[in-house]
Amino acid sequence: MEANNNDALVIGGVSLTSRLFTGTGKYGSDTIIPDVCASSGSQVITVALRRVDTNAATGNVMQHIPKHMQLLPNTSGARNADEAVRIARLARAAGCGDWIKIEVISDNKYLLPDGYETAKATEILAKEGFTVLPYVNADLYIARDLVNAGAAAVMPLGAPIGSNRGLKTKEMVRILIDEISLPIIVDAGIGAPSQACEAMEMGAAACLVNTAIAASGDPVAMGRAFGEAVRAGRAAYLAQTAAVSTGTADASSPLTGFLGGM
Amino acid sequence: MGFSDLLSQYDTLDMAAYLAGVTPADVERVLAKHSITPLDYLALLSPAAEGMLEAMAQKANGISMRHFGKTIQLFTPLYLANYCTNQCVYCGFNTANKITRSQLTAEELRKEAEAIAATGLKHILILTGDAPAKSTVEYIGDCSRILSEYFSSISIEVYAMTQDEYAYLIDKGVDGLTLYQETYNRSLYKELHPKGPKRDYDFRLDAPERGCMAGMRTVNVGALLGLESVWQRDAFFTGLHADYLQRKYPATSIAISPPRMRPHVGSYEPASIVSDKNLVQLVLAQRIFLHNVGITVSTRESAQLRDNMMPLGVTKMSAGVTTAVGGHTSDDDSTAQFDISDPRSVDEMCRAIESKGFQPIFKDWEPF
Amino acid sequence: MQLTVNGQMQLCNDDTTLLEYLQGNGVDVKAVVVELNRTVVTADDFGTTVLNDGDVLEILQFVGGG
Repeated sequence: MEANNNDALVIGGVSLTSRLFTGTGKYGSDTIIPDVCASSGSQVITVALRRVDTNAATGNVMQHIPKHMQLLPNTSGARNADEAVRIARLARAAGCGDWIKIEVISDNKYLLPDGYETAKATEILAKEGFTVLPYVNADLYIARDLVNAGAAAVMPLGAPIGSNRGLKTKEMVRILIDEISLPIIVDAGIGAPSQACEAMEMGAAACLVNTAIAASGDPVAMGRAFGEAVRAGRAAYLAQTAAVSTGTADASSPLTGFLGGM
Repeated sequence: MGFSDLLSQYDTLDMAAYLAGVTPADVERVLAKHSITPLDYLALLSPAAEGMLEAMAQKANGISMRHFGKTIQLFTPLYLANYCTNQCVYCGFNTANKITRSQLTAEELRKEAEAIAATGLKHILILTGDAPAKSTVEYIGDCSRILSEYFSSISIEVYAMTQDEYAYLIDKGVDGLTLYQETYNRSLYKELHPKGPKRDYDFRLDAPERGCMAGMRTVNVGALLGLESVWQRDAFFTGLHADYLQRKYPATSIAISPPRMRPHVGSYEPASIVSDKNLVQLVLAQRIFLHNVGITVSTRESAQLRDNMMPLGVTKMSAGVTTAVGGHTSDDDSTAQFDISDPRSVDEMCRAIESKGFQPIFKDWEPF
Repeated sequence: MQLTVNGQMQLCNDDTTLLEYLQGNGVDVKAVVVELNRTVVTADDFGTTVLNDGDVLEILQFVGGG
């Protein structure tokens, strides 16, 4: 693998050589997480915060996360900006660093993010020095609000959470890539490496993939596949795709022929 | 970040070398993209791209059809006054030129307005020289009030103003601002504008942005091609300016004009010649870079060239044009700012547009 | 005295520190983060934070998530 050392993704002052973000949810066993981190090459991994159940002994997911990983706690479970802010502060107090993925969902049928509450939480947390990565619909107006609110990146969904349906919001994500100066990280919906590759070819800064790796038949192999797909897509984006030939050579110039005699 | 900060990022770019280094394969790669970067846009202005105009035209035509369809918006300029306190060395209104100076009275303005309105036009562009003490903001405002009785959209092409002054004019019925930087080359700008209020490069540079902030519905930028020895420089920075405004003020409709220098009183020799081919190349590049900006081609250009450029990205054309004060009601054009190359009347323009399979649009806006 | 812990009423002896309460309930103090009356309590302060009647505690831990 030829390394492109000039192509680091810098977020919140952290320089990343891998553009695949992974998660810790939905694994059959958390003990496989270190192997997935290794095979995928990912350097950023999400975790969630939940109330402790004192009646049931649950394992501590943190002990399975390799030390070199950049932790990205999410605010899943938050139904509004206030709850997201509380969760973010708790995550920081727990020694998780300053990164926070804002995820505010109050619609449990579709699990779609609430852009207005997300922008509010982003503004508050950015002012408190967090590196804020908000998860939102692929919507230009929301993305602009997030830029103004001080977000470090914008994470539009490719399809509803956990749906593995691919880049359904492709045209909208393309608009964000064209118009928003922050890194655009496609989060949610990506079900196959080819879809992650497609997002990267378009110019996405990174992809966050959890379910498609964790719930696959072989998470270690699938993590590797996603890592390679994201690298391939990024390399293709940097190389700039060649023109597609129409296959018909046309000697006439219907639109510019009038210039011929000049 | 202001536009001048963005401009200064290109201070170290050797544009001539960059243009010379662009290959046909580079141009093909740019044409394969969905959206292009500023440097891609510059590549489309290169000599290599000049040899690939048909491919550029096909792409620009497709983009134009999707965004604008087969329509050409019509307007005409109305010169309110030609008093001027500047000495722009290339301009017919230059205060050093001994021409008759005048300013329309309210009564004369009504006659001009009636004559233009009789042609069916609904969009008008009013112009003055650069003489804020003579053609005051209040005077322009009063004229707008009168003109709004006859026209649905009024744009101004006058001296650079403050945001408050723009807001004042919007209140008087103005909805569009056209202001050309002339050249984005700071030192050349100083040479070309030796005297007068226009000498302030930065005040003019930021005027379109002030228009956006004041609430103008459309803002039209441009540079006078031929002032710079490498014409691509100003063409590039004009595109960059439009892109900057469009991104920062998405509620404003941004437009761009590629005026070429034409002969006029005062005989200033252009520093570079922009050929017809180059002009077409520029409009195609602008359309490919900025999918939905308006592009205006004036009667500085010939009838034949204007007709052929309709499918290539042009959205707006003037018709029934005179560049003399009172020219719509008098045959005396001895005070004209520049000579026009396409003297066709509004009727004649409509027929030409229709014969190209396009529809002439008289009105697409009226403020509440 | 009475506490609200993770949304549920709990009884607790007077003069109990947060650290004592957590350990008494089998909580791995290294793996949790605690909010007392909406204010985050850092792990260093668990031992010196004395609980009072009516306190509202949220005890959270990291779990898998995407």
